[in-house]
Amino acid sequence: MTRLTLLFWQSMVAVVALALWQFLTTVPVFGKILLPPFFFSNPVDVASQIIKWFTTGVIWKHLMITLLESVLAFVIGSVGGVLVGFWFARQPRVAAVFDPYVKMINALPRVVLAPIFALWLGLGIWSKVALGVTLVFFIVFFNVYQGVKEVSRTVLDNGRMLGMSERQLTRHVYWPSALSWMFSSLHTSVGFAVVGAVVGEYLGSAAGLGYLIQQAEGVFDVGAVFAGMFVLSAFVILIDFGVTLVERRLLVWRPTAEGRG
Amino acid sequence: MTDTAQPAAVALDDATVAFRVAGDRVYTAVERASLSVAHGEFVAIVGPTGCGKSTLLNVAAGLLKPAAGSVKIFDQPLTGLNRDAGYLFQADALFPWKTAIDNVAIGLDIKGAPRELALQRAQGWLTSVGLGAFANRYPHMLSGGQRKRVGLAQVLIRDPKILLMDEPFGPLDAQTRQIMGNLLLDLWNADRKAVLFVTHDLEEAIALADRVVIMSAGPSARIIGDWQVTLPRPRDISEVRMEKQFHELHREIWRVLKDEVMKGYAQSTQAEAV
Ligand SMILES: Nc1ncnc2c1ncn2[C@@H]1O[C@H](COP(=O)(O)OP(=O)(O)O)[C@@H](O)[C@H]1O
Ligand SMILES: [Mg+2]
Repeated sequence: MTRLTLLFWQSMVAVVALALWQFLTTVPVFGKILLPPFFFSNPVDVASQIIKWFTTGVIWKHLMITLLESVLAFVIGSVGGVLVGFWFARQPRVAAVFDPYVKMINALPRVVLAPIFALWLGLGIWSKVALGVTLVFFIVFFNVYQGVKEVSRTVLDNGRMLGMSERQLTRHVYWPSALSWMFSSLHTSVGFAVVGAVVGEYLGSAAGLGYLIQQAEGVFDVGAVFAGMFVLSAFVILIDFGVTLVERRLLVWRPTAEGRG
Repeated sequence: MTDTAQPAAVALDDATVAFRVAGDRVYTAVERASLSVAHGEFVAIVGPTGCGKSTLLNVAAGLLKPAAGSVKIFDQPLTGLNRDAGYLFQADALFPWKTAIDNVAIGLDIKGAPRELALQRAQGWLTSVGLGAFANRYPHMLSGGQRKRVGLAQVLIRDPKILLMDEPFGPLDAQTRQIMGNLLLDLWNADRKAVLFVTHDLEEAIALADRVVIMSAGPSARIIGDWQVTLPRPRDISEVRMEKQFHELHREIWRVLKDEVMKGYAQSTQAEAV
């Protein structure tokens, strides 16, 4: 399939789905509307809601809040995950002592922490950031830990034979390997940062995309709920695209990064 | 060519290497191997796969401690890593996250050499191994033969007194092997380092080396033969193969090696069947 025909068929899926949605929610079939608009809204309403958000500008504030929370969660979680992952991998005894607790915390569904964070940190952005951090941290932590542990034996020996001290091995071998594993999990960790932010907002806040959706649900405005979901999807896709660009730069030395996209 | 007044660059004396396998079982890979490489001498080790050639090099490099016997480097007992040796590993050992030039420069970088100088020298070495135009490629963008050349430059830039090479041309095709062999001989001719060169290819060993050492099949592999190669230098890998002396030597060594290769093959197939 050429790029153009692929694009055509991809758009066709959207067109058909939207047309079906519009049809079933507005045109009676055998004297009955199959999808009641109250529960399913319709594409035209949803689109006009989205346009209204952007033309009046109310959406920007919410987008900015969600973006800020996601970025903070990602940065703090990543830095923490890299440092602790690296530390554990280089100090097997520390890792052994903490191992059961790491597993325990990681096994916990993070949503249950949201109310506690709200209690501790209030309803502002920090309780959402905290939730995102608990998600991002573990992904980065496990990847960095793995990255340090799986450094090729031969590459290490080569470093030693070339005269590297332990510190130089850390800088030239362990560290790049750990970071490459972290970068390869970039999509997942960025995705989870957004999840943390939106779920946190949904469960209690005064701004953000999650808040917007939650508000709409509160007044049974299904059109606004769908509109919020579409904006959120577009938001995540944009961020993901940004991540792909960053990744292509950072992982040029990897055979897999080249063939992608 | 070899200087007997100076102490041997590498001297293994009755070195035995054992590995702990599966709990408390011990596998003796190499038993009582004695081998010495004189200053400026090029020694090739040939033996069936799995006999312990890499193991012997690791001992000479100080990466592996023999269970018994001694290792001396220029008459000094070896403790820790062999600081006089450069080691070209059998497996890929380049840093995949560094470009070719950075891979070569690293040996100087970590000594604290100025960056400019390190890069300049690295570029020089890349040119010497015929990769001057590939400085900014990452290892995965290079062919197997090119990676080996970068590895060679990476080792040589530190100017080690001893060069340990583990089947450096193993995975390469016949033509590339010849080109690499001649390249190696040219570089070695410029400043005769002591070389310990492992290969499974007897022809390659004779064409390159001053001495060919044969190992028996494992376990408990031993050194079972030692031949001087007096073919004149400088040599050309493909031309030296035409000489009468080459053929006589090859026939003589092969008679000994053949049995070991068969034994080694039988053992490897048995091990797979278990
Ligand atoms: N770390 C190890 N643990 C156990 N056995 C090993 C180890 N390294 C090598 N061996 C065994 O020692 C023997 C010699 O290995 P090696 O020196 O790599 O052979 P080669 O001559 O092919 O280079 C082989 O039988 C191999 O299985
Ligand atoms: Mg080997």
